Amino acid sequence: MRIVAVTACPTGIAHTYMAAEALEQAAADAGHQIVVETQGSAGAVKLTAAQIAAADAVIFAADTEIQDRERFAAKPIVIAPVKRAINNPRELISRAAEAAGPEGAAEHVTEGARGDETVGGEGDDGTVGARGAAVGGPAPGAPSEGAKVHPATRLRHWLMTGVSYMIPFVAAGGILIALAFMIGGAEVAVKVDGGTWQGQTYPEVTDLSELVDRAGYAGVLFKIGTTAFSMLVPILSGFIAYAIADRPGLVPGVVSGLLAVAIGAGFLGGLAGGLLAGAVVTALQRIRLPRAAAGVMTVVGIPLVSTLVMGLLMIIVIGEPIAAAQRGLTDWLDGLSGTNAILLGALLGLMMAFDMGGPVNKVAYTFGVAGLASGDLEVMAAVMAAGMVPPLALALATVVRRALFTDSERKAGEAAWLLGASFITEGAIPFAAADPLRVIPSIMAGSAVTGALSMAVDATSRAPHGGLWVIGLIGSPVLYLAAIAAGVVVGAACVLVAKHFGQPLPEAAPVRPGTGGR
Amino acid sequence: MMPDLITADFVDLDLRAADRHEAVRSLATRLAADGRVTDLDGFLADARDREEQMPTGIEGGIGIPHARSSHVTLPTLAFGRCAEGVDFGAADGPADLVFLIAAPAGGHAEHLDILASLARRLVHASFRQALRQAMDAQAVVDLINKEVGGR
Repeated sequence: MRIVAVTACPTGIAHTYMAAEALEQAAADAGHQIVVETQGSAGAVKLTAAQIAAADAVIFAADTEIQDRERFAAKPIVIAPVKRAINNPRELISRAAEAAGPEGAAEHVTEGARGDETVGGEGDDGTVGARGAAVGGPAPGAPSEGAKVHPATRLRHWLMTGVSYMIPFVAAGGILIALAFMIGGAEVAVKVDGGTWQGQTYPEVTDLSELVDRAGYAGVLFKIGTTAFSMLVPILSGFIAYAIADRPGLVPGVVSGLLAVAIGAGFLGGLAGGLLAGAVVTALQRIRLPRAAAGVMTVVGIPLVSTLVMGLLMIIVIGEPIAAAQRGLTDWLDGLSGTNAILLGALLGLMMAFDMGGPVNKVAYTFGVAGLASGDLEVMAAVMAAGMVPPLALALATVVRRALFTDSERKAGEAAWLLGASFITEGAIPFAAADPLRVIPSIMAGSAVTGALSMAVDATSRAPHGGLWVIGLIGSPVLYLAAIAAGVVVGAACVLVAKHFGQPLPEAAPVRPGTGGR
Repeated sequence: MMPDLITADFVDLDLRAADRHEAVRSLATRLAADGRVTDLDGFLADARDREEQMPTGIEGGIGIPHARSSHVTLPTLAFGRCAEGVDFGAADGPADLVFLIAAPAGGHAEHLDILASLARRLVHASFRQALRQAMDAQAVVDLINKEVGGR
């Protein structure tokens, strides 16, 4: 992994350099390359644009303002007091490896022994500092003007930052919900959130002190899991905005995500909200103000204005069209009832996989549940089967061709088996958010196959949740499983083909020597 | 040739001090006697200002009081070894090795480079260990010159 770091302390004669030395040692011990910019009194050798572009993660060990920190805007950043770097450099290095997540962690650069180092002075901004060469083997040789980062690369970096923060929420929440279904059956969701189950109506549990009595410990697991899930989109959008605009991006990003959930815009709404929030903050930061006003702008102005703008946008501009589109889709689906069942199944499959919990998915799911209420069990079966396909297809794809996926995606793939089997379609969101144009069409294809086959074999489901754990409530279970398997194989194959042939663009990720010159 | 960063006069292998301010004063007095610090109280005030921003102790028994001060003529290091330890605010307890770094306010970069490379050496456990085992003041000076000054 390649790391760049900046160290700075109030006086700039002691801790700045101790921290730099400690980080360089710890990075070399762990087999990483690091270049440290010491913003101290001895004059800093600035990191070159190429070095920053090539870095997988950034460490700020500083007790004072980092100079020119916008140079690092699109990178995963670990921030710590300068003394932390001196006392516990290994912790910072491993946090950086975590933050770098996917690409970085997979690539351990171990060549290049630690040479004798000389401090300060050498090199100017255009060339690589001697220190970089001494610490970690071959240093990036590209001149700084050659380090223009491709827009698609930056976009992918922003998305991956959001995704890497989101994945633990998906895994923890999803597995808890799956456990709840395994222990409590399909009715656990109804007992917690309210609704009707096999003729009996349950009110929603609003007072959590009654949760154990009314829904049992399975209900408690379900509640914890859905609570973690409720943060999934806000975390995604918040950290996308954070990746773009640094800390000021977090507030408008998180609020956009919360509102995306509230207006039913799903993860695609959150993704768009996060990108927009980052852009709004970046634009606000460009506005030049008199010195006196600038301080107020940073502390109050940017969070206030950016959050207001994003909130208005999400509620007023985006909210109503989404609701209208949902109404339109619902009416259209209702009109299709009674036509070709297999086509309807395929269509529901496409919708389930399109936005995984977003507005289109919701319409299809609600259509299934409405069918259940009116005694049409086949639609519900098709909807549930199609909703299980995306996580399973991606889990399968990560196993078949590991090299096409980043480290964190492979980990998400492990959890996705269980999530898919439990009809938690959200298990596929990390993959879809990281690479929407390739992943979403692929899983839509897989889900469409499964939806159509489920209808074709006349499978039925009396449960609106639960996936494989409620297989006892499924009619023609064997053919049902076969329909799911077929869609999973189709979806996985499409993902692999799309990723295989579409690779060069996003995977050019950080500009590296040898690849960056093109 | 640049003047030495440290001389035997600036080394106290038997530093006794009730607290960090006394330790700094004791070491700074040695610098003042040599003329490298022109105004002892002025320099102590600068060092105290720095210490109050954030304690300079780091884990492993090290205290690094330091200041850039207009009362300093040359970048200079004073070193004290204190068997009982002096608290410099590190999380793991008092410091037995005290490095007082005095830098002139407008120092040339090349002077400050020496201090930077000294600071880098302090992170190395082997360097600390050698300082703990040094037999006399001249041994400390030789060790530091060898490691930091490259001579």
